[in-house]
Amino acid sequence: MTGRFVLSGAPLDESAVLAAMTTDGAGAVVTFVGRVRSHSRGRDVTRLDYEAYPEMAEKIFAQIADEIRSRVEVIDVAIHHRTGSLGVGEVSVVVAVSAAHRSQAFDACRYAIDRLKQIAPIWKKEHSPDGAVWVDDRP
Amino acid sequence: MRVTVRLFAAHREAAGTSTFEADLPAGATVSDAFASVCGSFPGIEKSTRVPAFALNQAHVQADAPLADGDEVAILPPVAGG
Repeated sequence: MTGRFVLSGAPLDESAVLAAMTTDGAGAVVTFVGRVRSHSRGRDVTRLDYEAYPEMAEKIFAQIADEIRSRVEVIDVAIHHRTGSLGVGEVSVVVAVSAAHRSQAFDACRYAIDRLKQIAPIWKKEHSPDGAVWVDDRP
Repeated sequence: MRVTVRLFAAHREAAGTSTFEADLPAGATVSDAFASVCGSFPGIEKSTRVPAFALNQAHVQADAPLADGDEVAILPPVAGG
């Protein structure tokens, strides 16, 4: 699991994400770590099954990084997302951004995770004691 | 022409397969590929809200024209993160 934009069936390693990106000249590195929550919309969650369109997802991650660069001055962006069946507390996504200053790094990291949720071809099936449903959070 | 249609999540489960080969007439669009899949697997259309589409791994509108050998993806509402 190396590289900036990665889908992985293996557990994510935050330090590996940071190692894959350039931080020379960075005064700030902001990392977002998404984890499987134990409850969702009033239901207990026992696990989440993540499915992706791998060939496209990694391209979309790179596209999101390009979008960030056109808006904010950053040094580097890395996005790693997990696939497969994850238990409560397991890490589903790591987004890291390096920038000269913290303001840009925070803004870019927020943009990346929001945009990922909006356009990345990734799906999750939520398992609870009542059954399992594919999550659709669109308004 | 022949295109490969990729199915995911609720669509994949409704169809019982993750890929489908669609034979379509010249001039067909992404929308025609989706209609072809729905014709073969009627459960698909009801399995999620209106899907998005990708052609050769890039988002497109439903009226995008197809060429032989293309890969069309039917994308149900996404939920990454």
